[in-house]
Amino acid sequence: MHGFANPARFLRFARWLTPLLLAAGLVITGASLWWGLARAPAEALQGDSVRILFIHVPTAWLGMAGWMAIAGASMAELVWRHPLAGIAARAAAAPGAVFTAVCLTTGSLWGRPAWNTWWVWDGRLTSMLVLLFLYFAYMALASAAENDGQGGNARIPAIFGLVGAINIPVIHYSVIWWYSIHQPPSLSMGKSAMSSEFLYPLLASTIGFSLIFGGVVLARMRAILADAQAEARLRRKAFAED
Amino acid sequence: MRAGLNHWDYVIAAYALGIGATMALVAWSWLAMRRAEKRRERSREK
Repeated sequence: MHGFANPARFLRFARWLTPLLLAAGLVITGASLWWGLARAPAEALQGDSVRILFIHVPTAWLGMAGWMAIAGASMAELVWRHPLAGIAARAAAAPGAVFTAVCLTTGSLWGRPAWNTWWVWDGRLTSMLVLLFLYFAYMALASAAENDGQGGNARIPAIFGLVGAINIPVIHYSVIWWYSIHQPPSLSMGKSAMSSEFLYPLLASTIGFSLIFGGVVLARMRAILADAQAEARLRRKAFAED
Repeated sequence: MRAGLNHWDYVIAAYALGIGATMALVAWSWLAMRRAEKRRERSREK
């Protein structure tokens, strides 16, 4: 990882990887969603509403994965002072928040025909909503630290990123710990309670959305880095002119 | 499953929202990146 600590080396690799991830992600996601909409069968109990699965589940996983990326990068920033770790954490916040919001709204749209309700305050739904608010708080803290101009407050969003990771196991185990209207996990490491007609398009859409997530994180990192470099250069020139 | 509801209405709404939000995220992040990198290039020239 320290090999990419040099921004010039990171940019050399990010320049070709960003469009590649985004293009591959859009093609695979488009194809897998078409598969889920047009080719997958209706489910015996849930009918056609089961097709929402192919958007809802990948965005739920990526909402949680986004925060784990923030926590991992925050750890690298605090412990090893990796120069790009703070930028990577900030870059993961926007796609994480968007995918969490998509997960919540598509879940609500699935809940109405499946459970006859848009929303219930149970453990899974509430902890996922808490994750969305954690993203908003993280983005506000990171923006405040960036605008502070003194650099000292950069540790606050990193600490918040680490502490907020407590919510991830709560989301995962909420359907086991507490009574929930939400179904328990259908997939775990090496095991699946799902038929292949649903499993394969789900895996394809998960790969597609993950590639998009990776491409957006790289694009955000390049934007944050370019803004910081432009700002530093203009500041140096202003000092030199004085 | 609620028999009285047309499930396709909910499926189409969920897909429109998911695809729209993802496309908007990709477009925003790409354009913001291009804008920031152009700003960096301009700062080199000044």
